[in-house]
Amino acid sequence: MNSALQFLIDALSVGSLYALAALGVGLVFGVLRLVNFAYGDFITVGSYALIVPSASITAIVFIGNWPWPLLVIASAAIVVIVALICEYLVFRPLRQAPPAVLMIASFGVGYIIQNAIITIYTARPKAIGIWPGLTEAVAIGDLRVPGLQLVTIVVALGLLALLILFLKKSPFGVQMRAAAEDFQMARMLGVRANTVIGTAFVISAFLAAIVSLLFLCQVGVVSFHMGTQLMLIAFIATVIGGMGSLVGAVVGGYTIGIVGTLLQVLLPENVRTFRDAFVFAAVIIILLARPQGLVVTRAARERV
Amino acid sequence: MMDQALRWRSFLRLHATPFVLSLLLIIIVLVAAIAQNSSLDRTIVDLLIRVVFVVGLYIFVGNSGVVSFGHAAFMMIGAYATAWQDCCSMVKSFFMPALPKLMLETTVPPPIATVTSGLFAALIGLLVGAAIMRLSGIGASIATFAVLVVFNVVYSNWESLTSGTSTMTGIPAFTDHWVALIAAVAAIFIAYLYKISRFGLMLRTSREDEVAAKASGVNVVLQRLIAFVLSAFFAGLAGGLYAHFLGTITVAAFYLDLTFITLAMLVIGGINSLSGAVIGVISISALIEVLRQLERGIDIGFTTIAVPGGTQEIGLGVAMVLILIFRQRGITGNQEITWPFSRFMDKPGNALATFRARRLAQLVCSQRSSPSSAVGRRRHLSRVTKQGGVP
Repeated sequence: MNSALQFLIDALSVGSLYALAALGVGLVFGVLRLVNFAYGDFITVGSYALIVPSASITAIVFIGNWPWPLLVIASAAIVVIVALICEYLVFRPLRQAPPAVLMIASFGVGYIIQNAIITIYTARPKAIGIWPGLTEAVAIGDLRVPGLQLVTIVVALGLLALLILFLKKSPFGVQMRAAAEDFQMARMLGVRANTVIGTAFVISAFLAAIVSLLFLCQVGVVSFHMGTQLMLIAFIATVIGGMGSLVGAVVGGYTIGIVGTLLQVLLPENVRTFRDAFVFAAVIIILLARPQGLVVTRAARERV
Repeated sequence: MMDQALRWRSFLRLHATPFVLSLLLIIIVLVAAIAQNSSLDRTIVDLLIRVVFVVGLYIFVGNSGVVSFGHAAFMMIGAYATAWQDCCSMVKSFFMPALPKLMLETTVPPPIATVTSGLFAALIGLLVGAAIMRLSGIGASIATFAVLVVFNVVYSNWESLTSGTSTMTGIPAFTDHWVALIAAVAAIFIAYLYKISRFGLMLRTSREDEVAAKASGVNVVLQRLIAFVLSAFFAGLAGGLYAHFLGTITVAAFYLDLTFITLAMLVIGGINSLSGAVIGVISISALIEVLRQLERGIDIGFTTIAVPGGTQEIGLGVAMVLILIFRQRGITGNQEITWPFSRFMDKPGNALATFRARRLAQLVCSQRSSPSSAVGRRRHLSRVTKQGGVP
């Protein structure tokens, strides 16, 4: 019983982090058909925003010492600014370009951000402890779980609820859903492309900042490639969930979280180092079984 | 006699692309051979190996329209297959105790080992491709990416075959610039032959419109698989050359960095043309080299001017993004390079025939952009008709 609950909490907290990141990737993909490889670097920026730019070995924490609401807002604001600059300078001129070109351009953007971080902060990982209270264990019944896991799950669910409310009720949200369905048609009906794409980037960057802070809290170290792995998993989650479907992105994120945790428990000791190979083999199998993704949207269904 | 010469000339004119591209590489190697600069020489060999790899990548990506993130894995498979065959005869059993006894005792000559490494990668490509080639579009791309991760994890953890994440040393040096040149030229010619073959044409139809291709009787899965296996062969060959060039290999060298830089080369050159693959490699390699020199510093008489550290990477990123913004279809604009001097060779009476031949070549080789929306398609049509071309 206990181990089942423990497993559930592990899987849900990992899945929550992936789901948030996948939403960030999926939102931008929905409106722009952009596979944003720079997203991982947006996540990285969210953590580096907390420390003073310097090449020193130890982290000089600045924003990281602020009370948590201010800290979250400041970090998110910085990521949003970076994302909007990228959108304006690179993705806007390339809006009509083929998807492969957009993808490589986003990779180029990520490469620039990553190397800018290395140049400013050096490539050395730096330890930052934010919110040490969160890593303490919380007792549920006779089970002790890290508070951070519960916080991750609650934050993810809360943000999901907010996002759903935003997409269903606010005019911006409705416009974004329309644009995701059929961008040309939405524009002809008076949806402004710049507003919709800008909003998508803002929300996506905000999610990146949240993911970044939760992840940083978990690992306690910032490094220039901390976002890469998360971005790749988020990207895969959006695809197996169903490209262009936000529900699919969330489902995909939780699926990968659950499959990963499940394999960690089930695999025998001597093949556990190969866990990621099994996770990605599972990804291939899911893709083969459901090429359109787990959640198929109307827009994604192939029309002839 | 006259007729024969004319026929040869028009043949060369129609199929000038691989000859021009090979000539370009030969000139580069000759410059390196004359300069006798060892650092330049290494850069050139590196460039030629990249040409083999990116041309291989082009065979699949350019013709099928499916972006593959998995080819770095095939290069790794090729490199390790080389190590299994001719690495360090004395300590082979120490590095790779799990190898079959026969392979532990024999040392294969490097030229054969290189080619068999390519064949081994092609075999793996066949097995993998048979599973994932049923997917299209971004799903197929993600599947190839998953393949990359799976092989990376397996090779970094299968200690008894690959010595894990640590470096494997002692592979005989065999690849010099002539060997690499031969491989690159072979890759270019085979890629070109594949492109103009009916298989290449069928695969490109599926790239333009998968449903229409299927309706016209193209077995899309089979055609993709053929291209995938062929391109896996060249990726593996590049891996074998690379192992024989450096003498040492690690798993980490064949992961995301390699995947992205080679894809960037292909896209920047022009993803749908063979010339794009070659030009992309040459221009990005040249850019990296120039930036590296700048970072090291340039002597001007009494002082050395060096740009600050980090400029090389950031400059490369900025240049890549700028090229993509200003030439969205790559440097070559997805066209093939044709014989540059044909205008001077034309005889007046022959102009029409030349025009027809060139038009035919363009039809076969060029990529037609296919805007997804109805408005875009109409705009595209009117633009093409205005130019007097065939839509």
